[in-house]
Order: sequence, then structure tokens, then C-alpha cells
Amino acid sequence: MADSTDPFVLALNTLTSPALAEIVGLSLGVSLTAVAVAVVVGFPLGGALALYRFPGRGALTVVVNALMGLPPVVVGLLVYLMLSRSGPLGVFGLLFTPTAMIIAQVVLVLPITAALSRQVVEDLWREYEEQLRSLGCGTFDSLLLCLWDGRHALVTAALAGFGRASAEVGAVMIVGGNIDHVTRTMTTAIALETSKGDLALALALGAVLMTVSLSVNIAAALVRRDIRHREEATR
Amino acid sequence: MSPMPPILPLRVDGLCYAVHGKPLLSDISFAIGDGGCTVILGPNGAGKSLLLRLCHGLLRPSAGQVAWEGPGGHDAAMRQAMVFQHPIMLRRSVAANVDIALKVRGLAARLRSIIVAEALDRGGLTALARQPARLLSGGEQQRLAIVRALALAPQILFLDEPTANLDPGSVRQIEELVVKAQSKGTRIVMSTHDMAQARRLADEVMFLNRGRLIEYGPAEEFFNAPRSAEAQAFLRGDLHW
Repeated sequence: MADSTDPFVLALNTLTSPALAEIVGLSLGVSLTAVAVAVVVGFPLGGALALYRFPGRGALTVVVNALMGLPPVVVGLLVYLMLSRSGPLGVFGLLFTPTAMIIAQVVLVLPITAALSRQVVEDLWREYEEQLRSLGCGTFDSLLLCLWDGRHALVTAALAGFGRASAEVGAVMIVGGNIDHVTRTMTTAIALETSKGDLALALALGAVLMTVSLSVNIAAALVRRDIRHREEATR
Repeated sequence: MSPMPPILPLRVDGLCYAVHGKPLLSDISFAIGDGGCTVILGPNGAGKSLLLRLCHGLLRPSAGQVAWEGPGGHDAAMRQAMVFQHPIMLRRSVAANVDIALKVRGLAARLRSIIVAEALDRGGLTALARQPARLLSGGEQQRLAIVRALALAPQILFLDEPTANLDPGSVRQIEELVVKAQSKGTRIVMSTHDMAQARRLADEVMFLNRGRLIEYGPAEEFFNAPRSAEAQAFLRGDLHW
């Protein structure tokens, strides 16, 4: 089997290599961190956009929704310009580091968490408004309450964000530079190995990427089911 | 809880409410004093729900005013509560639905847990305390909505058709809660389409038609000898529009 040239067989052999583990680890670290930041910032931001009334709110909502479709390469380019030596944030020397990749992915995921949480909170508010105002609940308290009551839908929003972060290649390629052992992720490695003709490694990485994505979604589904079971077990 | 200065009487003066220039309530004036139960009657579209919401402060009048003239009137919003026709249940447990109402008003956790237990006991909901509120039956949900409102120890409770679409057993349980609250000093103002219920509960009747206050007086007088032709037609079931 070792001397096989079938890319599928080679892919199986590659799955156990330490190089692969390193790449998978970096990919997960970057994407999960970016999603965590985008959740912590984006959920309250989206909720605020739903509940606070201010001039330009409608326009801002449209912009945030539109930003969900930002092309990753454009984000990569903009973050590159910001972080490059001559850019406004050049002094921090972040370009071609995992931090730069996290920044770029936060920019990609933040519109998703913000736009989806805005929708979730707005729908809940439509239902709750009279009751909460009757109770004397202020806007900030209402925001926290709606985020909590929308928790199931918000898990889905976070998953959508993770899907975007873990699958994109354009932004991390540009700001990370796809440097071996430093900024090489699953997606950039797949792009590189495919162009080099090393289909075995590319396929193995593709399989791992899809397995990771599936596992994260299964885990989230189990968590949600567990919550629901606990809620219903008390009936 | 320490006794609060009363917010009543409630004085409504020249109250108008219009949407896109279309008047829905016109020139309504009355005063509601301490104690008793006022039932708001009138055909669909008369403006009963609007009037309750305007009194409760959920809507701003287009003209006229709603004034709480008691010594505690400046703090009126915190001393009143409302129950809606369709109970609004938060996506939490039964107990948490009551708890959050108290938390919003800044009560300490230890005090809250005592009040929550009392409230659930009052509504016969203790066994359901940890269930998600949205899985309760319609009658249970409305009972929860009422004990949640009463947990705030309101001086006045507004109820907007609280027993519409409920079975007779649930209606009776909810009326018992309302009567008990009233006997403990909570002023009741409710709208209903259930004439038998109005006769059971009302001390006073407020009769609205087409956005105008037609009659306001003792219930007995209204049911036995309505003054206006509209009220007479309404009681006969002949009032259409």
C-alpha cells in the first residue's frame, strides 16, 4: 500500500502525519477564536441594532446584512493594507501571523453574527414588547433578556459564522501568507497542494476539513438537544 | 413589602387617540377611584384595548392626558400591571417568568424567590415551576400571566379580555384570582365580551362605542336601566356597525 500512487490511498496515509495535526490545530484555533470574538461583539451589537432607535438605523441594518456577503479576498486585501508595514496598524508587525488571520476572519464573521442576532432579537421583541414595557424593563435589560431567550437561534448563528470562517481561503491566504508551520491552514494548504499537484495531501485535508465541520455541527446539535431534554424532563 | 403611597385616583381628561389622522378614541374623560372592579364593555373596535393601553402608558395619547393624582403618582409606572388577551410567555421556566418581572424592578434574589413561590402557589402552578412556560395550556399560561402581574404588588391591574378563548374551568380559576386580588386591595380594570362575567365581577361599567365613552356608572344601574340607546341596543345584542 505504501508504494501506491492512488491519491485516495495516499490521503489515508497522510491522515496520521504530525504535519497534518499542526495544520488542523492552527485552522481550528484561528477560526474558533474569530468566531468567539464575533459572537461576543456581534450578538450584543445586533441586539442593539434591533432595539435602539437612532437616525440611520435602517441604513445600518441594510449595510450589516449586505456585509454578510463580503468576498473573503476583498477582506484579506483590506486587512493586508491596514496591517502592512506602511499601513496604519503596520507598527504592530502583525502581517503574516495567526493574529492577522483572526482579525480578517472576525471581519468576515462579525456581519453574520450581528445580522442574524438582529433578526432574532427583533422577532422576539415584536412578541415581547408590550409585556416588557409593561413590566418597566429598560432597553438594555430587554436586550439581555432577548439574547438569552433567543439562545437556540443564536447557536445556529454562531455555527453559520464558524462555517464561513473555517471554509474561506482568500482572506487567510492574503494576510497569513500560507507560511509552513506558521500560518498554513487547511484551506490554504489544500489550495497549495492542489496547485503543486499533491492531490493526496489536498484530499486528506479536504476530508479532515469536512469532518471537523460536521463534528462541530453534531456537537452543537447534541448540546441543543440536551438543553431541550433537560427543559422537558422537568415536566 | 412596605406600604406604598397610593397612585390612585386615575384621572383621564379629554383623551384622544388617532392613527394616521383617523380618530380611534375621542374626548374620553373619567376618574377611577380607590377599590372595586371596573369592567369596560363595548362592541369590537370600540377602543377597549386602546383605552387600557393608554391608561397603562403603553401608548401615548394624541391629545388629552392620563394623570395619576395620588401622592405616589410620580412613581405610577412601577405600581401598576397589565395582563394581555394573549399571555406573553418568555422562553423560560414558569418560575423564571415570574422571577424576571421582579428582577427588572430590582428586587434582591432572596426576596424574589419568596415572592415567586407565593405567586406560583396562588396560581396553582407550583408543580409546574420548572417547566418551560410556553408548554403550558392556554388557561395555565393566563394564570401565570396574572400571578406574574400580581407578584409586582400593583395598586391597579389592567386586564384586556383575560378569559377570551378559555374553557369555563379556566375562566372560573382566573376570575377567582382577580376577585382575590381585588379583596386584597388591588384596583381592577378589565375589558371583556363575556356579559355573564361582567355581571359577576363589575362594580362599575364603562361602556364604549365607536371610540367614545357612552356610559360610566354603577354596574347594577347599567345592566338594569341603561340610559343610552346604544347601551340598550348593546345589551339586547342589537348593536352593529
